Amino acid sequence: MPFIPHTPDETAAMLAVIGTASIENLFDEIPANLKVDGLPGVPAGLSEPAITRLMVERARRNVSSLCFLGAGAYEHHIPAAVWEIATRGEFYSAYTPYQAEASQGTLQLIYEYQSMLAGLTGLDVSNASLYDGATAFAEACLMAVRAARQSRSRRVLVPRFLNPVWRKVARSLLAGQNVELVELAASGGRTDLSALAAHEGEDYAALCISLPNFLGGLEAVDELTDWAHARGMLVIAACNPTALALLKPPGEWGSKGADIACGEGQPLGIPLSSGGPYFGFITCRQALVRQMPGRIVGGTLDVEGRPGFTLTLQAREQHIRRSKATSNICTNQGLMVTAATIYLSLLGSEGLRRVAAESHANTRALVSALTSIGGVSAPYSPYFHETVLTLPRPVAPVLQKLATAGILGGFDLSADYPELGHAVLVCATELRTAPDIEAYRQALANVLGVAVAA
Amino acid sequence: MTDVPKQLQYTRQHEWVRREKDGTVVVGITDHAQHQLGELVYVELPDEGRDFKSGDGMAVVESTKAASDVYAPLTGTVLEGNPALTAQPELVNTDPYGAGWLVRLQLADHGELTGLLDAAAYTALLDTAH
Amino acid sequence: MREPLIFEQSRPGRRAPTHAPAVAAATDDLPAAFIRQTTAPLPEVSELQVVRHFTRLSQLNFSIDTHFYPLGSCTMKYNPRAANKLAMLPGYLDRHPLEPEGHSQGVLENLHDLQELLKAITGMSGVSLTPMAGAQGEFAGVAMIRAYHVSRGDTARTQIIVPDAAHGTNPATATMCGCDVVEIPTGPDGDVDVEALRQVVGPQTAGIMLTNPSTLGVFERQIGEIAAVVHGAGGLLYYDGANLNAILGRALPAAMGFDVVHINLHKTFSTPHGGGGPGSGVVAVTSRLEPFLPIPIVGQRNGGYAWLAESDRPQSIGRLSGFMGNAGILLRAYVYMRLLGAEGMRRVSGFATLNANYLMTLLAEAGFCVAYPRRRASHEFIISLKDIARETGVTAMDFAKALLDRGFHAPTTYFPLLVPECLLIEPTESEARQELDAFAQAMIDIRDLAIRDAAEVKRAPLTTPVRRLDDVRAAKQLDLTWQSRDPARHGHT
Repeated sequence: MPFIPHTPDETAAMLAVIGTASIENLFDEIPANLKVDGLPGVPAGLSEPAITRLMVERARRNVSSLCFLGAGAYEHHIPAAVWEIATRGEFYSAYTPYQAEASQGTLQLIYEYQSMLAGLTGLDVSNASLYDGATAFAEACLMAVRAARQSRSRRVLVPRFLNPVWRKVARSLLAGQNVELVELAASGGRTDLSALAAHEGEDYAALCISLPNFLGGLEAVDELTDWAHARGMLVIAACNPTALALLKPPGEWGSKGADIACGEGQPLGIPLSSGGPYFGFITCRQALVRQMPGRIVGGTLDVEGRPGFTLTLQAREQHIRRSKATSNICTNQGLMVTAATIYLSLLGSEGLRRVAAESHANTRALVSALTSIGGVSAPYSPYFHETVLTLPRPVAPVLQKLATAGILGGFDLSADYPELGHAVLVCATELRTAPDIEAYRQALANVLGVAVAA
Repeated sequence: MTDVPKQLQYTRQHEWVRREKDGTVVVGITDHAQHQLGELVYVELPDEGRDFKSGDGMAVVESTKAASDVYAPLTGTVLEGNPALTAQPELVNTDPYGAGWLVRLQLADHGELTGLLDAAAYTALLDTAH
Repeated sequence: MREPLIFEQSRPGRRAPTHAPAVAAATDDLPAAFIRQTTAPLPEVSELQVVRHFTRLSQLNFSIDTHFYPLGSCTMKYNPRAANKLAMLPGYLDRHPLEPEGHSQGVLENLHDLQELLKAITGMSGVSLTPMAGAQGEFAGVAMIRAYHVSRGDTARTQIIVPDAAHGTNPATATMCGCDVVEIPTGPDGDVDVEALRQVVGPQTAGIMLTNPSTLGVFERQIGEIAAVVHGAGGLLYYDGANLNAILGRALPAAMGFDVVHINLHKTFSTPHGGGGPGSGVVAVTSRLEPFLPIPIVGQRNGGYAWLAESDRPQSIGRLSGFMGNAGILLRAYVYMRLLGAEGMRRVSGFATLNANYLMTLLAEAGFCVAYPRRRASHEFIISLKDIARETGVTAMDFAKALLDRGFHAPTTYFPLLVPECLLIEPTESEARQELDAFAQAMIDIRDLAIRDAAEVKRAPLTTPVRRLDDVRAAKQLDLTWQSRDPARHGHT
């Protein structure tokens, strides 16, 4: 029987100890009218070779392409050691480290993770991770609303070029608590500083700044941070973690630094994996730590005075605070954080900076190659490792034809940002080579019916 | 044995109230309450000037295993929270009726004081709970 | 033996250079104001150091693969290797989530099949796979209940009823959805107090959140009556699937009267717990809640599989994740479910229940106080160590620590809050009789030692990498990140 060790003799002996004749009898407290004696909609079990055949065959039916698509998930190299180690049974099949003495491996790893993410974002403290970037952003908004004692406002100013799906997710998650996201206007591919005037005198708990923003653009982080702080708002930074090896971290924005940073952890060693599991990160200034959602690991001493690690500040959490908890979350993305911590250890700050720089350089090369095609232009700069191209005609059919040619040409912006025209968001990570870029150029020229030099 | 000073007044939620000569009141949690919670690691106090109605959540006391709301025993305005508790929350454990006080309130209606328990009534409440 | 922090093993200039580009590309187009001036404080270590460090850390953990892990309400069953291997095939792993549907038919077919399987085991008519953990599934459930009432103009229904034995996520979720929580008591036999329920329902009732079998390890026998009371008052019923392992293939939540259910795939369907996640909290609903399901959902269109999103589901409570939920976890659950098949699923609940009742009988016969002795255990049960604690001073926490020294992960302690000095024990179907016998013997040994020498039990654990940790110090002298002693590390480069 799959995954059940009992022999018939053992089963009989165990039933005898209980004092009943059959396993069926153990369900005698379920009212008879509620019982079913089978699951007609579920097929018979498969053997391991049979399920392997099925899964391999279906995996082959997925078509793989050359990826120039980012839009929130990025194809970076993942060192072989990352998942070899992360899927060790002692990490893979352990649970939440509630019994600290039996979980020092997971706890120390999370402490190392917290240290790395706090350092990368330039802030003081990190939690043990959240579900993904979108939910981390929603939790950051809730945190800011809880912390904003000065204003007691339940509104957060959010730039138009923050990932549109994140804004949708935040709306789904925040609606019940009457937290409102107010859009900050943009122009030229980034937040329009002159648009701030329209919000002067209004009461907001926080301003969100995205770096890079959804279009790859670099926001005026210093000016925006100082503007918000001068008006008593907190600053939430929404960042790509790879970018932070190269770009100024949120803790150094403006004269006081951002208060909370959050983002999607996927670029740090997590496979694209058809959409998940990824992880969300969130870090903040020390003063806000009690508003932090989710698990936090802290260092302490044992009874013999030896250093060790344990979950701490648990009184914020649902299992103690119940209806008054900071969040209903009880998961962290433990396995993903394991992978990310190994990834960051292997790369180091110089390695991660090179990944960031190479990805950026490749995107510049891609932009240069594609804008050599008549009618294609790159309207916005500066950007980091992802930017907008405008095409001479609607994007969707162009992307479709590119896909047929085996090229994932980017993200069609027309639904979310119709004001940008025929705009496509493109990205080339460190994994794209010069021949890859040339292949895209040839394919795009073909699709657009423009002749280019071979 | 739980300490229940005679000169204070009490609530059913295990808070104590002390009337000061200047007409303000000082609020804390009882010896019984601090014992139930265990060693406190954090006390969240309200900002000065905030108004509370009797029964509103006013402060939070946290140990490593529990967190508990402290309710405003009377309607009033916060004059100050105990500044010493930021660095030494354990004062609530070691001296619940003295250095471990939580909040000083300006009352809206002194008449509400008559609704509180005296030491004998609070002791009786503790006895029936056991 | 302490494993030094990875930061302490770092030496300036040491690299693991095969993983990053050999030369640093120029970034001269980026304005200087945007460039990081400080070095991110990441360790500088070799690949071998990394592999050795994290391998050693892993060895400091208890896990299902190394230890019996009877952690009540968490269903720590064996995680089959096939599920991991097949979900990590390159054809699934190396795919961008925004790939065109035409390129994604294989993965979409798996997810569509999974939706159908989940309908079959719950009796529900619609499924969404997007919630990324149980707590998100709960959120989706309560948000759908709210959306349903609001869509009917019934906006005053904002109260969620929760039994006092409920998991803490239930009331926390209700709050996140903007609802008020009303707690109702549990009767002496572990069933919900239906009279108390009748007293609290009314035109303000949005719904009730129930786990069945409950967190007390017993089947809620009056579920039919509870459903009638709540539905009669205009409310809906939410099924917390935390304990689905106990009734898999034996009773359907829809038939019990529930309108929405979330299922923890990391419990019942054996996806890895991963040291605390990722989970998956898929939701299934009856037809009246279907329009409100979170998006995206896998549907069929033009002879193929397709994502149904905003335009297909205008009444949806919306998106809960950046893409479509924890796809890789969904694939692992799918593989496990196909390996089990219909018969295998019934065996899961059968043997999980057999193991729980067997272990409960062993402990009861050895003199331990079972919380609900007149009831059948579901897939888990509670013992209370109240008497032992009173007589010897040895508490449930002391038992938990002493079990670690005997090679067992501790059961869940001090949950549910209703039972004093409790251990919630869930052996799961994966464990053989010998393991259960050894666990019962360890419990007896600890109790005997408690009577003989309580102080010795209170010293436990002695064999773990660290002994009992100072939680008060951890909370008061917060040490949440490693701080370099070398100021140059944080200085300008």
